[in-house]
Amino acid sequence: MFSSLPLFPEQASTMAGRVDALFFFLVGVSSLFSVLIAVLLVTFAMRYRRKHSDDVGEAVHGSLVLEIGWSIIPFALAMIMFAWGAKIYVAMASPPADALQVNVVGRQWMWKLQHMEGRREINELHVPRGRPVKLNLTSEDVIHSFYVPAFRVKADAIPGRYTSLWFEATKPGRYHLFCAEYCGTQHSGMIGSVIVMEPDDYQAWLGGSAPGGSVASTGAQLFTQLGCATCHQKGDGQRGPSLVGVFGKSVQLKTGESVVADEGYLRESILNPQAKVVAGFEPVMPTFKGLVSEEGLMQLITFIKEQG
Amino acid sequence: MQAQESRTNYLNANYGIRSWLLTVDHKRIGLLYLGSVTFFFIIGGLFAGAIRLELLTPAGDLVESDTYNKLFTMHGIIMVFFFLIPSIPSVLGNFLIPIMIGARDLAFPRLNLLSWYIYLVGSSFTLYAMVTGGVDTGWTFYTPFSTSMSNTNVIPTALGIFINGFSSILTGLNFIVTIHRMRAPGLTWFRLPLFVWAHYATSLIMVLGTPVLAITIIMVGLERGFHLGIFDPALGGDPLLFQHLFWFYSHPAVYIMILPSMGVISEVITCFSRKRIFGYEFVAISSLAIAALGFLVWAHHMFVTGMSVYAAMIFSFLSFAVAIPSAVKVFNWTATLFKGSVSFEAPMIYALGFIGLFTIGGLTGLFLSSLGVDVHVTDTYFVVAHFHYIMVGGAIMGYMAGLHFWWPKISGRLYPEVWARIAAVIIFLGFNLTFFPQFVLGYMGMPRRYHAYPDEFQVLNVMSTAGASILGVGYLLPLIYFAWSMRYGPIASSNPWRAAGLEWQTPSPPPTENFEVTPIVTQEAYTYPVQEVTVG
Amino acid sequence: MANAIATAHEHAHQHQFDDAEQQHSASSLGMWIFLAQEIMFFGGLFLAYLAYRTAYPHAFVTASHHLDVQLGTINTAVLITSSLTMALAVHSAQLGKQRLLLVFLVATLVLGGIFLGIKSVEYSHKFHEGLIPGPFFSVVSGDSGQQQLFFSLYFAMTGMHALHMIIGFVAILFLIVYTLRGKYTAAYNTPVELFGLYWHFVDIVWIFLFPLLYLFGRH
Repeated sequence: MFSSLPLFPEQASTMAGRVDALFFFLVGVSSLFSVLIAVLLVTFAMRYRRKHSDDVGEAVHGSLVLEIGWSIIPFALAMIMFAWGAKIYVAMASPPADALQVNVVGRQWMWKLQHMEGRREINELHVPRGRPVKLNLTSEDVIHSFYVPAFRVKADAIPGRYTSLWFEATKPGRYHLFCAEYCGTQHSGMIGSVIVMEPDDYQAWLGGSAPGGSVASTGAQLFTQLGCATCHQKGDGQRGPSLVGVFGKSVQLKTGESVVADEGYLRESILNPQAKVVAGFEPVMPTFKGLVSEEGLMQLITFIKEQG
Repeated sequence: MQAQESRTNYLNANYGIRSWLLTVDHKRIGLLYLGSVTFFFIIGGLFAGAIRLELLTPAGDLVESDTYNKLFTMHGIIMVFFFLIPSIPSVLGNFLIPIMIGARDLAFPRLNLLSWYIYLVGSSFTLYAMVTGGVDTGWTFYTPFSTSMSNTNVIPTALGIFINGFSSILTGLNFIVTIHRMRAPGLTWFRLPLFVWAHYATSLIMVLGTPVLAITIIMVGLERGFHLGIFDPALGGDPLLFQHLFWFYSHPAVYIMILPSMGVISEVITCFSRKRIFGYEFVAISSLAIAALGFLVWAHHMFVTGMSVYAAMIFSFLSFAVAIPSAVKVFNWTATLFKGSVSFEAPMIYALGFIGLFTIGGLTGLFLSSLGVDVHVTDTYFVVAHFHYIMVGGAIMGYMAGLHFWWPKISGRLYPEVWARIAAVIIFLGFNLTFFPQFVLGYMGMPRRYHAYPDEFQVLNVMSTAGASILGVGYLLPLIYFAWSMRYGPIASSNPWRAAGLEWQTPSPPPTENFEVTPIVTQEAYTYPVQEVTVG
Repeated sequence: MANAIATAHEHAHQHQFDDAEQQHSASSLGMWIFLAQEIMFFGGLFLAYLAYRTAYPHAFVTASHHLDVQLGTINTAVLITSSLTMALAVHSAQLGKQRLLLVFLVATLVLGGIFLGIKSVEYSHKFHEGLIPGPFFSVVSGDSGQQQLFFSLYFAMTGMHALHMIIGFVAILFLIVYTLRGKYTAAYNTPVELFGLYWHFVDIVWIFLFPLLYLFGRH
């Protein structure tokens, strides 16, 4: 419609329509209030224009009814916006269980992505249409933010932490991928594309080049190479706890507290093993800080997840 | 007239550079601030101009990426810390608060002068950092970029902001004590002009928020200098802790910028409607409500950092809540016109412009408070547009309204009314052309702080740059005619607007001690018609 | 004597105030507000401390064992005593007993000096033990980063506290000089009184710092 002057972003995910619906509601309410204020201002200003230089206004002191009214009505409208916005946010924070997963590592100034099947990409992300995709994000250096306007989703990639976002693309095509958190010199060059393909094309693309193996299998190799396996084997009597099926479970710690073994905990336990030692084990594990890259960590964690 | 010329006032009480640099008169200190914040407004404005020029074309072709990053960083730092935060409180607040409450000066005049010197020292550090290469962290100093990656002058800039913080704290402290302890006989809290209420609320934020920024910025400096690890994930630190601490001050800081402006608007609207303000108590208390709630919404800047859904909901809810007292003010101002006697001098045009622009700025704040929409528009030009509607459309429009309104009192001379009205209209139009397209750009997905951008965003960016050039002309005009009026403007009477308020019952310009006799207040604020008093 | 009266009168009130009482109430409100901003200032550090202590309880306990509880306890006692002498100084000033005022101010000064002396001994121990955060940090363990974080916060918090002590120390010197000149009388002693508030505040900050940094994790 606006080929030369686009004024509205494309809707290319299941979330886009939901966000836009709330957006239009907000535009509607805002326009209503802006017009109301403008009309009242202009009307009053014209109607009560000073006619004679000695005129003064009438001493109107106020009205409790009006004050309550124009507090409560906007508040009620605001609560609709709040609830509606929160509902969408909860949906954004709850990826479907069957989502395809992609590991994403941001660094100055590129995005490094790896599909679970092992295929790697830089500044491009190929995804199938009609299938939820969950991105697991982190950063090697400073904070970045993974942003696809056409999908209306965004999440910061933060060093030392895992965050995630998910979307389900609805329309094949090529969409902007931006870094939205200022990250230094080439911040505006940290852009790329998300390419949505028909599921068959995606499968073909995925199998197109021979990767080194799936993320989990690379993780398994690392697990052996780094010597994790010598302590963390299945069965009892080991120096370290077995990691089979540990992901997502609650773990009893030496201190008596317990933590849920999520990505963040696994990461911490690799880099800073003494922080939260599992009950029944000695703090003998050395740190692997500096020995394994951010991508390697994600591969290890993926491997541990898949053992569950 | 003749008598007025020869009477001793705060301007001609003594002469010479010493009498200014060592003055403890709040009115003169206000003028010292007027000079210094104007200087920084011009510098910050030049940076803004350079940014808009660069964004005229999609490719980053005018300046290097690093230069661009320094431009927007220094634009932000200068405008926020060295112009907007001190502007109305330190210039108009300083000048007017003692007069409005019938006092001879602020409670601590020497402390007041010290605040100005602290501001000078702080801003000199920042100027030094700029001249010797600049800084490129964004005004938000996000870690770990600012602490480990940026190789620019972060420490001197941070030091400048740290030092300047104390200027703000001491000014706030001075205002609070003055308003509590030095009101004229009969001037009860609910007879105070709303300008004073607004500054009271602002001062609370300055005193309670600024120290948190100070300690945060110290931690950034220490971390950068000695690699302590407080915000460095490699050493177990948490970069998000920085964001929490930073926004704990920097969100309320937005209210430091807008509340005084709201105070100005209440004065101007009532004067040019010749009428009591509608719902005085509600307008007064809403300032305090904004200040209090403003401390509880900081994490709405962090909705995409992976924070817990429940925390996000609480901050979203509170962000909506803080919109209500702002809405109450807008409705009350509008209702004040009802059955008034409305005239349209330049201050009123600015004030009406303020209401329109602040309404848009406030309403778009609701978009950002809505979690689902915020995820899409945060860190885009939508946010840039939103806060410029608040800070430029709101705070600066209010500042301009106030400068014009009290110019006769400050300088003893009238400004050229026709030029002032023309400038007000130019600023209003230029502002909208500059920033409205940015809402559209933001929703389309253009991220902020982008040196180069995809082609489809160009048309809107060209509109924005065109608007900026109009806005620039608009700001240039007052600079010229105010300077002109200082020498050639017609002599102002003590109350050229026939306004209520103690400041209009003393000569223009006021004597050093503000009043010949301490006034006794027997009426509520904004009682019209004003009893004509003859002074001078 | 005539001189003292003249000084007292000169201090009666500054031109912006109506009377000495208004001046006094303004000054004291000003000091309370100043202390409110001090609380927010230290609050940022306390928040950072609590966040990391919650995140890394183990490392913080380990690191805290490097601190010298004995010296910390002595210092706590010294500081509390100095608060007492300061309170007595204020009391003497209000009664117009200039000699006693002088004695208690000097006592407070000496105790403050002892505190700073002990603190610097502690700092130099930390220096020799390689516990200064940065490139020379010498703790070798899996959680050395987290332990270093403890020491970063230790130095930031106690350093900021010590800075307040030093400022207080200088301020007492001024108070002593003015006391010697006979400026403070039963009618005018606001600076002594307000400085007392400041000194107690600095004391209270230490009362929080001591258990948080030295004692926690020891049973």
